[in-house]
Amino acid sequence: MTATADPAAPPRRRFRVGPRALPYLLSLPALLVCIGILVPFFTAVFYSLQRYRLSQPWARGMNWGENYLNFMSDPSFWNTLQVSLTYTVLTVGLELLLGLGIALLLQKPTRINNFVSVMLLLPLMTAPALAALMWKLMTNPNFGIFSYLVSQLGVTDFNWASDPSTALFTVVLVDIWVYTPFIMILLLAGLRSLPKQPFEAAALDGVPRMAAFFRITLPMLTPYILTASLFRLLESIQQFDIIYAMTQGGPGDTLTVFQVEAYLNFFQSTNVGRSAALLMILWAITFFISNLFIKNWLRLRERARGGA
Amino acid sequence: MDHESTLERWLRGAALTVVVLFFMFPIFWIALMSFQTNETILRSPPSMVFQPTLSNYQALITGQLDSQAGTLQIEFMSNLANSAILSVGSVVVALLLGVPAAYAFARYKFRGSEDIAFTLLSFRFAPPLARAAAADALFPGSRAGRHLCRADLGVSADLPAADPVDRARLFRGHLAGRRIRLPHRRPWLVRRLPQDRAAAGGAGDRGGGAAGVHLRLEQLHLRAGAGLGRQAAGDGGRAGLRDREGIQYGQIAAAVVLSIAPTLALALYAQRYLVEGLSLGAVKG
Repeated sequence: MTATADPAAPPRRRFRVGPRALPYLLSLPALLVCIGILVPFFTAVFYSLQRYRLSQPWARGMNWGENYLNFMSDPSFWNTLQVSLTYTVLTVGLELLLGLGIALLLQKPTRINNFVSVMLLLPLMTAPALAALMWKLMTNPNFGIFSYLVSQLGVTDFNWASDPSTALFTVVLVDIWVYTPFIMILLLAGLRSLPKQPFEAAALDGVPRMAAFFRITLPMLTPYILTASLFRLLESIQQFDIIYAMTQGGPGDTLTVFQVEAYLNFFQSTNVGRSAALLMILWAITFFISNLFIKNWLRLRERARGGA
Repeated sequence: MDHESTLERWLRGAALTVVVLFFMFPIFWIALMSFQTNETILRSPPSMVFQPTLSNYQALITGQLDSQAGTLQIEFMSNLANSAILSVGSVVVALLLGVPAAYAFARYKFRGSEDIAFTLLSFRFAPPLARAAAADALFPGSRAGRHLCRADLGVSADLPAADPVDRARLFRGHLAGRRIRLPHRRPWLVRRLPQDRAAAGGAGDRGGGAAGVHLRLEQLHLRAGAGLGRQAAGDGGRAGLRDREGIQYGQIAAAVVLSIAPTLALALYAQRYLVEGLSLGAVKG
């Protein structure tokens, strides 16, 4: 039996996704899930406009922007802002410097350098809270190896995270230990991917190495530096786990960065409204910084493409 | 040609040694502590010479801590299993949702693509606690909030990082997807998995507790760190690593090692993909 096509029959319609619809279809599931997750986010916005304490449910009600206005005259809010920004600037700045330095050290793809660069990734793979715990054990005043080493240097009352004057230093140190490898690996990849011609030309012209570094290497590395900075800024200003695991925001209010302060407000003081308002301000700061970075990054990318 | 003097070589070597010491020593020292008893840990000055013991690991793995007060139960391994389920599950969901979307943004130029991509990226800007706390308030007493937040973490955060490395056509031939797409996705995957794994750490999900809330990544970190950390801080707690003889620092160290060991092993195994994933994924435009 042979099948013959009937010219009068209507053509079979097969469902085919057009090339125009395909990208929308592909991105739709992620977008839908993300939009679904907007519910708790907008709930947080809603709470931030409320007088809402879990311990006083009868007093709950809209107070609109009062939570935000109260921040203006609230010294603890300004302390939180200051601590958060200080922590962010210190960690990102130091990690960039260190990461760049280490990347320059490991720039040549020798066997040892490759091995070392892999080993240096291990702290990055350690959960920050566990890293904080490790450092907590090592800085214990009774048996911590670092406490012992510092005492051997003649500093007898160095109390690491339990002293307000050294607590910030300690958590910054832990942050550096965990996240410097992230910046290092990004910048290392950047350094190794730079074209050789400009450097060969500079060497032929007798340009000193420092000048070549500042005039050629750094400008060409800027997109990588911006990307690394953006990622680190986002994480650093929203830091929670290292600080909470090390000091729970203390001693006193020494390290009450935004998320720690919001966490304590929500789960200890049960002041949901203030906590939500704090987080919204953090979101605004993060959004502003990210926008700034992304615009610069896009501008650089366009320039690079234009020049290519 | 780049010539380096002997002095420069020495300086470079010295600098590298310092760097390696700084980054490797804490891991080395905690690993050493995990093979010590409390007695040897608490002696002063600290020493690298001791009689190694596996009792800390044995206690954690068997869940039985023998002490003068009797036998105490430790739930560490079940907590670790929870972490594994949590991290693998979130990675799978993130991959299922994130890879097709990343492919679409990378492969096609379509109307609104920048806006959609930025919308997805913007979820990373929102403080995790904002969603977590609200989710907890929305779903009091349930785990829905934390699952919701976990899904959020998995989906949105990686889309910008999941940059297209290749130009294979995922949905126009399953072979292309299996042989080309997925292998090229491996850098991102392996970058993601250890971090999620690390994030979950030894996180337990036993519920209850002073705050009563153990949400999202930071809180999950905290379950690993703080559950043990409370012991280290000496402020009591429920992690079960304390008996009448005091805080069991050796077991805390062993718990840390057990929590990070799978991640580190995976990272070492997949390091070359990891480097690619970090660099290409995050930097290429």
